[in-house]
Amino acid sequence: MPGKLKVKIVAGRHLPVMDRASDLTDAFVEVKFGNTTFKTDVYLKSLNPQWNSEWFKFEVDDEDLQDEPLQITVLDHDTYSANDAIGKVYIDIDPLLYSEAATVISGWFPIYDTIHGIRGEINVVVKVDLFNDLNRFRQSSCGVKFFCTTSIPKCYRAVVIHGFVEELVVNEDPEYQWIDRIRTPRASNEARQRLISLMSGELQRKIGLKVLEMRGNAVVGYLQCFDLEGESGLVVRAIGTACTLDKLSSPAAFLPACNSPSREMKESPFNEDPNPNPHSSGPSTPLKNQTYSFSPSKSYSRQSSSSDTDLSLTPKTGMGSGSAGKEGGPFKALLRQQTQSALEQREFPFLTLTAFPPGLLVHVGGVVSARSVKLLDRIHNPDEPETRDAWWAEIRQEIKSHAKALGCHAVVGYSESTSICEEVCILSASGTAAVLNPRFLQEGTVEGSLEQRLIEENLPVGCGFCHIPYDELNMPFPAHLTYCYNCRKQKVPDVLFTTIDLPTDAVVIGKGCLIQARLCRLKKKAQAEANATAISNLLPFMEYEVHTQLMNKLKLKGMNALFGLRIQVTVGENMLMGLASATGVYLAALPMPGGIQIAGKTPSDGSYEQHISHMQKKINDTIAKNKELYEINPPEVSEEIIGSPIPEPRQRSRLLRSQSESSDEVTELDLSHGKKDAFVLEIDDTDAMEDVHSLLTDVPPPSGFYSCNTEIMPGINNWTSEIQMFTSVRVVRLSSLNLTNQALNKNFNGLCENLLKSLYFKLRSMTPCCLCHVNFTVSLPEDELIQVTVTAVAITFDKNQALQTTKAHVEKSLQRASTDNEDLLQFPLELCSDSLPSHAFSATKEHLESASSNSGTPAAQRAVTVEKASPMGDGNFRNRSAPPCASSTVGVVKMTPLSFIPGAKITKYLGIINMFFIRETTSLREEGGVSGFLHAFIAEVFAMVRAHVAALGGNAVVSYIMKQCVFMENPSKNQAQCLINVSGDAVVFVRESDLEVMSTQQPTVNCQPSCTGEVTT
Amino acid sequence: MTSELDIFVGNTTLIDEDVYRLWLDGYSVNDAVALRVRSGILEQTGATAGVLQSDTMDHYRTFHMLERLLHAPPKLLHQLIFQIPPSRQALLIERYYTFDEAFVREVLGKKLSKGTKKDLDDISTKTGITLKSCRRQFDNFKRVFKVVEEMRGSLVDNIQQHFLLSDRLARDYAAIVFFANNRFETGKKKLQYLSFGDFAFCAELMIQNWTLGAVGEAPTDPDSQMDDMDVDLDKEFLQDLKELKVLVADKDLLDLHKSLVCTALRGKLSVFSEMETNFKNLSRGLVNVAAKLTHNKDVRDLFVDLVEKFVEPCRSDHWPLSDVRLFLNQYSLSVHSLDGFRHQVLWDRYMGTLRGCLLRLYHD
Repeated sequence: MPGKLKVKIVAGRHLPVMDRASDLTDAFVEVKFGNTTFKTDVYLKSLNPQWNSEWFKFEVDDEDLQDEPLQITVLDHDTYSANDAIGKVYIDIDPLLYSEAATVISGWFPIYDTIHGIRGEINVVVKVDLFNDLNRFRQSSCGVKFFCTTSIPKCYRAVVIHGFVEELVVNEDPEYQWIDRIRTPRASNEARQRLISLMSGELQRKIGLKVLEMRGNAVVGYLQCFDLEGESGLVVRAIGTACTLDKLSSPAAFLPACNSPSREMKESPFNEDPNPNPHSSGPSTPLKNQTYSFSPSKSYSRQSSSSDTDLSLTPKTGMGSGSAGKEGGPFKALLRQQTQSALEQREFPFLTLTAFPPGLLVHVGGVVSARSVKLLDRIHNPDEPETRDAWWAEIRQEIKSHAKALGCHAVVGYSESTSICEEVCILSASGTAAVLNPRFLQEGTVEGSLEQRLIEENLPVGCGFCHIPYDELNMPFPAHLTYCYNCRKQKVPDVLFTTIDLPTDAVVIGKGCLIQARLCRLKKKAQAEANATAISNLLPFMEYEVHTQLMNKLKLKGMNALFGLRIQVTVGENMLMGLASATGVYLAALPMPGGIQIAGKTPSDGSYEQHISHMQKKINDTIAKNKELYEINPPEVSEEIIGSPIPEPRQRSRLLRSQSESSDEVTELDLSHGKKDAFVLEIDDTDAMEDVHSLLTDVPPPSGFYSCNTEIMPGINNWTSEIQMFTSVRVVRLSSLNLTNQALNKNFNGLCENLLKSLYFKLRSMTPCCLCHVNFTVSLPEDELIQVTVTAVAITFDKNQALQTTKAHVEKSLQRASTDNEDLLQFPLELCSDSLPSHAFSATKEHLESASSNSGTPAAQRAVTVEKASPMGDGNFRNRSAPPCASSTVGVVKMTPLSFIPGAKITKYLGIINMFFIRETTSLREEGGVSGFLHAFIAEVFAMVRAHVAALGGNAVVSYIMKQCVFMENPSKNQAQCLINVSGDAVVFVRESDLEVMSTQQPTVNCQPSCTGEVTT
Repeated sequence: MTSELDIFVGNTTLIDEDVYRLWLDGYSVNDAVALRVRSGILEQTGATAGVLQSDTMDHYRTFHMLERLLHAPPKLLHQLIFQIPPSRQALLIERYYTFDEAFVREVLGKKLSKGTKKDLDDISTKTGITLKSCRRQFDNFKRVFKVVEEMRGSLVDNIQQHFLLSDRLARDYAAIVFFANNRFETGKKKLQYLSFGDFAFCAELMIQNWTLGAVGEAPTDPDSQMDDMDVDLDKEFLQDLKELKVLVADKDLLDLHKSLVCTALRGKLSVFSEMETNFKNLSRGLVNVAAKLTHNKDVRDLFVDLVEKFVEPCRSDHWPLSDVRLFLNQYSLSVHSLDGFRHQVLWDRYMGTLRGCLLRLYHD
């Protein structure tokens, strides 16, 4: 019985009128946790009840603390009939369960009803007293920290990155249970919300257990998803990266985190020779650690056989360092072996991270992805979710083998997704094959800090990750290699596709841009097996075309690498949609991309020839224009320096994919266009014409705008503090007549382009600004409906400093890293972050008081106004003082899909936010139609996220993501329903400018939120 | 391909001031889009008409959702659904409660009832302000009126506290509430030359001097404001005004008053002779207005009477404003020298305000 949960209901405000006769409400509150329920007194006839309840105490297991949400229900008391529910608040108390996060949850929460939306607010205080539990067989995993952020969180340092953790739980969907036919929509929605809340609590606890087993203390890059499989059930699954994190609290322990390129690397001589370790003892750590190794998902079936290989490895290490010659070959082999030893014991050597501590990422092979089409059947035994587990295991196995084929032993930037239509489900997984530095993946020597590792490391700056990890003579696919344009010593491919963020030390020329490939394919309506087969047959063509489009668009932009690549394949009743988004950049290490050549089939025809050359000219012009737009002007390279002269650059692929059907058939797809020498677009029919035209229809963003789908925009590094996160949703109905693939493509393209144009227009007042982390999601809710959801953040930047060279950028960030250090030294973090939340709370109270005291305006003020209005004063009557400064009591909470807040320092992580909401209406027209309904709902979801963060004492959500937005409508019945799932990390941030002020003054005084300043004015 | 659903929701609610103005002015989405197109925004931004349509719809939807909160502005400050910076909140509120001069002149002094609301159609046609905008402005008047009508304390402060308006706008609303409550006639043809500003100026003077609140006013003692009622005229004061009648009823007093004024102003007025001939008429007019204020009907006609009995006669004799000022000053002052007259305080309370009003009303 290791925990005591204490809840106090303080007050309510803005409650709805529940009694028409009196225009008032007799409200009371039920507080429920697990099976225990407490009630407050009824507060008669008020829309702003003051319950001021006693502390309700729940004595519970920590297992329950993790699984169960606190459920607060506000009701209207009715003497004669049943009490009417006003709405509910679910509070996830997980953030209170680990010591470094929040200590109290206290604040105003919107009271939410699935039919009416937000109906007033309630002020609640929640505390948890945890007792130490030494039970080793415990089922709970309190204390394991969870982060949605896909990099090492800013105020932590990674001691060890243990690896992949995954789990899934299944249940019946309450919406499809027989009882649903007799219960109200509200009851059904609430059952669903509660179940999903429970399931995600359970899932998190189970993942936490795995992390503890691996001796980790945190999960980074935690991604939880729901599969609404309809009749066959509800699956909640999650993946993440288990880590051991250290809080950077004492100045001595502070090290440059992953966000800044390390100074050490800069200081070290520019040396291509990979000399991983002058003292052979370093890499021999794997041996030492063998005893501690845990495999992520199946620790029981751990194999000890790998220890032999480790022993034999040690001498090789010595050899490697000894013969550290001009060639990277031995090193590469060595690294591979080391990594192999570190990772092989793990079932899946995957990391969900997209950004890495310096030195971890050694080489990048390319994108690996796998898809599988499955037929859903009812989950018979929820406690044994074996089928779903097996499906994912199969896919992960494929990913692993693809990575191996690329000479890589790890997959980074790994993610999984599903698309479900009726009983067919496409499972997708993708990541970037990579070679990692094994020392980060092992529990090294106690003092084996990151810093030391860095000093030991002499990897080439800014291009090392581009160097091929696979064997040149034994390439997994036809590829064209050249010597690296940066260091000229190692081989690089001519194009690089990855799912990760651009490494901070990568040398980039010019700016990046968002590149999208969009594709629709019609599919015959079919049932079950036949449907699955049809989809399986279509998938390879989709992949091929999406890939070709990406490649063409990349070339058209004059760029040579894609980061943050995300390919989404969505299945609908009668079509398949593919949407790939990525950020294109020009990597200085890679060769300049060749142009696109157009060839006609019938060169005899003169006018046709003319047309072709006209098109060719247009394409060439576009490339030239883009190069100018994105400031891509690589230095001219004389041919002699490069070892082998490069012929026409070839189109080639880093993608290795496969599709498999339920039959386990694995097909590999070569996307490299055979052995064609140049990249030629053949125009042999109207289809091809369309393709070329569509290439040219993508309009660049208006001036002052940039966009990318990664965390940071290459080439822009002087962000100012204004940010605007937004979600935009569009649903279009296709005219059902004579739908062709071409028409579909055109429609879909138009939809996406228009959506982007709308965003640029709406945000025009923020220019110059960049849309970062642009995340498109496509779904096909009905036959002829396409839904596109976009979430992104617009960040302003300082134009004057924008045109910095890459070199200056590196220097600047180095400087920043060092000043960060100093700031922290001067100002102890703990002090600041602890005092902030409490002040924020008291500030609100002060505020309220002063607002009410405003009512009696001081007499002096009135006297002044009388004097002013004296009759003799000449009639300038209407021109008086400025409007009163409307002082708000609601603290601002920022939201961003990025892991950082520009111009600010994150001082504390308060815990994960993971919320699931259902909203339903039976009066769609009255609520402003589908747009009005969804607009209000999304605004409400934002409000509830902000309220929870504020109650935790935070002022921002980072790594925010809307994972699901399922919208269904039935206009003829005047009904609509929407499910939204969002998550992110609640944090406390301090403006860098405030930090400076604080460091010169008493910190405790200055920690008050700025809003208090406005009270007295 | 038709758009079924098209929304944009920002963590910070986007407010476009231009679109807000169009919405407040009561334009439909299509009209607003057309007006925006005409403003040349498409050329400036390179956007398409479709983009503009979608943007306008979004803003309209947002404003529609905000409208409920704007009806009780403190709610806008405390609500959690829309994250809006304080300066923007103030702008939203201020603009929402701003009214058109043409509109306010039509309803000023009218009862804010359903009956008047029915006339909004005519007002809309007459003023060219959209019916929707007329409704909003009328409802604003009515809402503010309802909230502060029975409230104690300073009218302006009450309005400012409950509607968070700027000082200027709160004063205008105070005038509107005061006029609506006392039902002053402002629509007569001969009053058409007066602006809302003229009336608001008078209203403020009257609130300060002629209401219950004015009696209890003691700047050093805040408790006295508890009895402050700014909306109703001080009934007792109005009753007492009858006492002033002696100034014109007593022939000796009237003559003495006239001679005092004439002596003082001789050589100082360009219209001295006209003043001399008209003095008794003017004085009778001003005093009779005072004496009549016991009847509600006559209170309503206050401005008509003032214009008829004072402004018009002076204007027909082409009195310059400076002469009017000199005359009114002397006219008020000389009463202090009338030995037989005992209501000096009452006279000052009446004439002090009236003098201010008349000077304001005296223009073309």
